[in-house]
Amino acid sequence: MKRNRASMVGLFIFSVILASAVLADFIVPMSAALDQNMSERYLPPSRPHPFGTDLYGRDIFARVVHGARSSLLLGMSAVAVGITIGGILGASAGYFGGAADAVISRVLDTIMCVPFMLLALAIVASLGTGIVNVLIALMLAMVPYYTRVIRSAILNIVGMDFIEAAKACGVPSYRIILRHVLPNAIGPVIVQATMSVGTMIISAAAMSFLGMGIQPPSPEWGSMLSEGKDYMLKYPHMVIFPGMAITLTALSVNLMGDGLRDALDPKLRD
Amino acid sequence: MGHLLEIKGLRVEYRSDESIVKAVNGVSFSLDKGTVIGLVGETGAGKTTTALGIMRLLPAMTGRITGGEIMFKGEDLLKKPPGDMRAVRGAMISMIFQDPMTSLNPVVSVGDQIRESLEIHSVDSRSGSAMDAKVDELLELVNIPSRRKKEYPHQFSGGMRQRVGIAMALACEPELLIADEPTTALDVTIQAQVLELMRGLKDKLETSMIMITHDLGVVAEICDRVAIMYAGEVVEQGSVRDIFESERHHPYTEGLFGAIPSLAAASRRLAPIDGLMPDPTDLPIGCKFAERCKYREAVCGHTAPGADAEGHAIACHRFAGKRHGAD
Amino acid sequence: MGRYVLKRVLLVVPTLLAIIFIVFGIMSLTPNNPAAVMLGPRASADAVAKLNSELGYDKPMLARYVDYVMNLARGDMGKSYNSRREVFKEITLRFPTTVKLATVSILVAVVIGVPLGVFAAVRQYSVFDVTGTAAAMFMASMPGFWFGMMAILLFSLKLGLLPSYGSKTPAHLILPSLTLAIPVAATIMRFTRTTMLETIRQDYVRTARAKGQTEGRVIINHALKNALLPVVTVAGMEFGWLLGGAVVIETLFSINGVGKLIIDSIHKKDVPQVTGCALFLAFFFMLVMLAVDILYAYIDPRIKARYQR
Repeated sequence: MKRNRASMVGLFIFSVILASAVLADFIVPMSAALDQNMSERYLPPSRPHPFGTDLYGRDIFARVVHGARSSLLLGMSAVAVGITIGGILGASAGYFGGAADAVISRVLDTIMCVPFMLLALAIVASLGTGIVNVLIALMLAMVPYYTRVIRSAILNIVGMDFIEAAKACGVPSYRIILRHVLPNAIGPVIVQATMSVGTMIISAAAMSFLGMGIQPPSPEWGSMLSEGKDYMLKYPHMVIFPGMAITLTALSVNLMGDGLRDALDPKLRD
Repeated sequence: MGHLLEIKGLRVEYRSDESIVKAVNGVSFSLDKGTVIGLVGETGAGKTTTALGIMRLLPAMTGRITGGEIMFKGEDLLKKPPGDMRAVRGAMISMIFQDPMTSLNPVVSVGDQIRESLEIHSVDSRSGSAMDAKVDELLELVNIPSRRKKEYPHQFSGGMRQRVGIAMALACEPELLIADEPTTALDVTIQAQVLELMRGLKDKLETSMIMITHDLGVVAEICDRVAIMYAGEVVEQGSVRDIFESERHHPYTEGLFGAIPSLAAASRRLAPIDGLMPDPTDLPIGCKFAERCKYREAVCGHTAPGADAEGHAIACHRFAGKRHGAD
Repeated sequence: MGRYVLKRVLLVVPTLLAIIFIVFGIMSLTPNNPAAVMLGPRASADAVAKLNSELGYDKPMLARYVDYVMNLARGDMGKSYNSRREVFKEITLRFPTTVKLATVSILVAVVIGVPLGVFAAVRQYSVFDVTGTAAAMFMASMPGFWFGMMAILLFSLKLGLLPSYGSKTPAHLILPSLTLAIPVAATIMRFTRTTMLETIRQDYVRTARAKGQTEGRVIINHALKNALLPVVTVAGMEFGWLLGGAVVIETLFSINGVGKLIIDSIHKKDVPQVTGCALFLAFFFMLVMLAVDILYAYIDPRIKARYQR
């Protein structure tokens, strides 16, 4: 029950962030996030500027709200594409086994010797900086991890008697995969997908922080932190609010993922 | 002093957020030194819960003993502080568990697992080498070569692991051994071996035993007394002769015998008991078996029948008032 | 057992070759002519062609790969385009700093994470468990570099306790190591709690209690020993995560390690240096995972037995 409440909190926070991303233009105009106003630089939080202003006098609240768009879009699309690729690879490896499994697993095991962030950085280094390349890099770097989760989920199901029974009845492969394997393997995949939205958002912010991702002046949480870094000792509000936004977003998806896992895997309840 | 073990009106509940499962509802029976009582009943009847209650090893988060007494050598185990109870566990009362595949620690050698009991209760404050010798002796006692003590559980077969479990339970020469379906998880041929071993050990060591089983064959082979459990109650108890030879039985016992294939009456079809055990979260007020009973009367619906814990006792309104009949 | 270790160690060579191939493959994804990128738009065609052949980019990727491996065997990773110094030297100069940072961090993370996770599991649903797991969830959701900023604000600025930039003294490494360690500690705590919760429900734990074992020893001798096996693997994986995090944290704290070097090199489009750094860190991570696997085989008798004969 308690865990359930936590995931409801996560769902609530996520809904608020998602709503502000979708409705950003109705909450505060984009111009407030972009227009420089040199007479209002470094202002601390106040009524007209709830989160204060930055070094160009732009409203930080507006930048945080509009920044939700790129962060969520980047996080969710990277997961969606990554999991599709990982799903196809993992499902083929898990279901067909044999040579397909050996090749896919070996290659991905080797790729996983390169730590995730390093792999993504290497891809960006090669493709060049920029938001699209960051997206591609994060997505590709995550594929081995998705493949592994999906492969083991499929392997668990494929070993079960009811799959053997379906095979013995002469049910064709595609039907077994669609009707029996996927519905039973989808649980861990959903959990992994939810949780990794948080990882993606944090990694994307880190990329922007390192100057690889979104270039100014577009509002993005990571690049706001990068900009604010040099001024944070004097004007901490410049880094506190964008960082809170990233943390809350990641926290909300992690809470939801946790709740989903508990709901799908009841063995830890006493 | 009376009985070695005397359980009076034991009640156990499992609580979760959603419901309360009444697993054991006023169980009483007793056991004398050197004898074996069989607890018989189908899955969910409360046999294992009764055993875990005696050991006070119910799951800490959910299981609660809500009433009754467990008198062991004149002392109520339920009133003992946790430290004293630990001194009883493994030393005076020990337990053999149902599934030998999961009840041994996979990363500790079998020798060390047997030795652990000796170390905890430091029997006769043995020296290290004396303990090693005792471990060897225990392994040989259950027909496992003592040179294998350094091996790990995954290197043994199911039957051998269960024998390791038995050696572990016997390490400190307990006065009472609780065996929770010790043969259920084993192959039929291995079952006979393990059972034979246990009977031999019982005669040799004069250990008293509670044998939990749903196999009447096991009961006939090893037990002195039998208690038949249904929905958390003892519905009938008596000597093995009472149960196997008497004409008078609780309707559930009759059903239980009817559900066992017999070679002598090969032509008869099996007579399973219709219906299911009542929902333990919502037990009926009257007799818990009434709904499935072919002798059901009006009184069964609202009054629960009672029974003693001595002689041949049947908790059924049909036998009310003549419970102590000498069969 | 010895044979198992030998086999695993021998496997390092082909794995390393495969890693080099993958990193090389990635670095070849670049859509542009590398020399043109390095020299900028105003460079002459001659200069570009000269640099390309100097770097070997006029050859096909496979040929470059073979060359690279041959040179690497002699400890030659080429020259940094930026500093004109040996890539290998540049890395080995900074490598100890990064190793120190990552090693201290993983140790701190394990020392904090494992006991807290065990305690939370043993007292499931207690106040400690509920607040502890909530706090861990929060920590694990924070971007490491932001956590680092907050730590600088608190410890350097408000309290004036610790230095925040550079890596001259051991005190300089305290904040960065903690910044790296805390989110990892949170992850390890949550993982330890989960495996521990599974383990304390196992039959063999009940068996230990049935022997009359004390609660503390039941947890340490029986439950923990089993629960730690998966934790060891996760700690190893987290080490890789830590190396990635070190890239960001070194940049934040201006620590002159391999991580900062790789970022600077990416900005300067110094392809040989980026390749060298990525390879070096990947190789280091591979060695750590190898050590974890061997350690695992030593503590889990089931794996040990499989390789005994």
